[in-house]
Amino acid sequence: MVASILVNGLVYSGVYAMLALGFGLVFGVGRVLNLAHTAFYMVAAYGIFYFASTGFGMPLAVVLTTLGIVAAGIAVYKLFIEPVREMEATVLIATLAVAVLLQELVLVFFGNEPRHVPPALSGFTQVVGVRVGNQEMVTLVVAALSLIGAWFLLSRTKLGLAIRAAAQDREVANLMGINVNQVTAIVMGLGLLLAALAGIAVAPLFTVEPGMWMNPLVIVLAAVVLGGLGSLKGSLIGAVILAFAEVSVVFLVPGGSYLRTAIALLIMVCVFFIRPEGLFGSSIAEER
Amino acid sequence: MKSLICCLVSSVFALGLSVSGQVIRIGVVGPMTFIQGIHHWRGATLAADEINAAGGITVGGTTYTIELVRVDSNEMQPGPDAVSAVERAITASKVDFLVGGFRTEAMLAMTEVAADYKKIFLIAGAADDGLLKGRVDKNYNRYKYLFRITPVRSTYLAQVSFILLRDVVETFRRELGISQPKIAIVAEQAAWANMIVTLVALQAGTPVDKGGFGGQHVGTWRPSALATSVAAELTAVERAGAHIVFTVFSGPVGVVFGRDWGRLQVPVAAVGINVEAQAQGWLDATGGFGAYTATAGIYATGVAVTEATLPFIEKFQAEFGELPLFTAGTYDALYILADAIRRAGSLQTDAVISALETTDYVSTLGRIVFDELHDPIWGPDYITGLGVQWQDGAPKAFWPREWQPDPAKLPDLVISTPGTVPYVIPPWVKDHWQGK
Repeated sequence: MVASILVNGLVYSGVYAMLALGFGLVFGVGRVLNLAHTAFYMVAAYGIFYFASTGFGMPLAVVLTTLGIVAAGIAVYKLFIEPVREMEATVLIATLAVAVLLQELVLVFFGNEPRHVPPALSGFTQVVGVRVGNQEMVTLVVAALSLIGAWFLLSRTKLGLAIRAAAQDREVANLMGINVNQVTAIVMGLGLLLAALAGIAVAPLFTVEPGMWMNPLVIVLAAVVLGGLGSLKGSLIGAVILAFAEVSVVFLVPGGSYLRTAIALLIMVCVFFIRPEGLFGSSIAEER
Repeated sequence: MKSLICCLVSSVFALGLSVSGQVIRIGVVGPMTFIQGIHHWRGATLAADEINAAGGITVGGTTYTIELVRVDSNEMQPGPDAVSAVERAITASKVDFLVGGFRTEAMLAMTEVAADYKKIFLIAGAADDGLLKGRVDKNYNRYKYLFRITPVRSTYLAQVSFILLRDVVETFRRELGISQPKIAIVAEQAAWANMIVTLVALQAGTPVDKGGFGGQHVGTWRPSALATSVAAELTAVERAGAHIVFTVFSGPVGVVFGRDWGRLQVPVAAVGINVEAQAQGWLDATGGFGAYTATAGIYATGVAVTEATLPFIEKFQAEFGELPLFTAGTYDALYILADAIRRAGSLQTDAVISALETTDYVSTLGRIVFDELHDPIWGPDYITGLGVQWQDGAPKAFWPREWQPDPAKLPDLVISTPGTVPYVIPPWVKDHWQGK
């Protein structure tokens, strides 16, 4: 059972981590709680479905979907978020409205029927006695590469330095000559790139349907809060904890597997009793 | 285009009659952006077009045509939409009758609205016993307006799915020599499924001579009805050593299950209830991984349950390019309603109810006669349903085939519906368990 939980937990962790990192980046740098983040993940899944089924070929479909999501995301940021960025409650409502709008648009264009995207690699492999779909492994690799790429960008490039500086203190970063607004827009694009890659990676694994963004949004919000708002490391670890909590519920409480998300969130609440600021919340306070 | 033209023509025709007041308005209730609701509407439009083309319904020398009102209950999502939609249909659209419905949770509320307004509601899509049991029998005056056309109530649906499970268990014994197959249950978290899950769990380990399956129950998993992946549940089912997984799905999670099950080639045979697997688009929806799924169903390729079945299926396929789902039972609902109105000789609600109660109608589903709960009677000579398995790219019926409903009392009664084929254990499942 431990092997089953480990293998399945890793796959879910990869997906949630990609989403949580993107969400955490946008919040960390721009102080924007983008509730439309996972809606873009849903649109990416539909994008890959559309382009792949209209004969574009998978590589081109991936490129078109990713570019489309990043462009749309930056446009949404400029049009709906940037003008109200200083008012947190307004940002919340605006991004929620964007999420619902995206869902309704998808509903209009694709209908409500579940859609299927063919796997990049079909079949399965036995890993420590557990049946793992080859597509799951592709997803895991995509998640790992994306996270390594994000880490490289943040820690080894000038842009990454600017992003981290803006995340630490926007005003000081501005005084140091960093164009904070531009950095925020770039981070928005980067976060949505991760969301798009997550959507593309899970499309062959999950059912593609207009409501597929809601559950991940809850998990991502929980992961970011559990990890400590603004902490990228915390977001990643929070995502991994929640993913493993969900999978463990399926194996340990089979009759209550529909409660997987609720129990994962309960674990988050329990952590707050011990550390109200989240797992890595204090480190942010120190940074500031 | 053809259906659009038909729709426009019938709408214009109905509108013309509406002006002169010779119209019976029927609200077709369903989640219209989902396949279940789409088939509600399609079944009803076919029947309405046929009835209108045949001259409508004549009552007391006046001829009425049917006008359908689309009532989108959005009932796949929890919320007040369903109740609002029905209330709006009754008060604003002025419907005379209602047909359709799908989710029990929504139907309980929608039928309360129908009872409040004293509107006859022919249920075509929801199976829960509690929609009628405990209501029509306990408070007849309030709930006499409710009748069920399809599917048969959960208890009977469970009975059908039990028979299918027994069939699969016997196939495992016969072909693989597994005397005590292990049975797992994967059921969506929904009210209608609870009783079926409880009964299967109880009977799985009960010896055959005591009416059980003579197998072993190894666990029950209840994913959300809207889950987008059940790979973890299936891994757990395999780990439990199950040979057979009994499924209970009415919503989109059925597609998720079929896709993950076939994609991962989990070595368990899937049988039970999976509404999505009744749809023509099942293989496309599951990316081709849903082959060999077995489910209780209503319609299958080339199987004539009654003389009305094949003409209906052929017409439905010609019009919409796919097999009807059971929610297309709105087709029969409209014919049964028209039949009752004619026999009642009146549109007066109580007269129509009395006529409905004495219905004896050969529908596309079987012979429909209502019991005291206003439920269609289940069994030989009435409605039985089918066991359907996806074989060679098509839904083939494997039950009723050499079925003995009561071997003790009626040993000579063996029922085989023409067109049925034997159940096939999925090849990867057979390969996995052969010789073990």
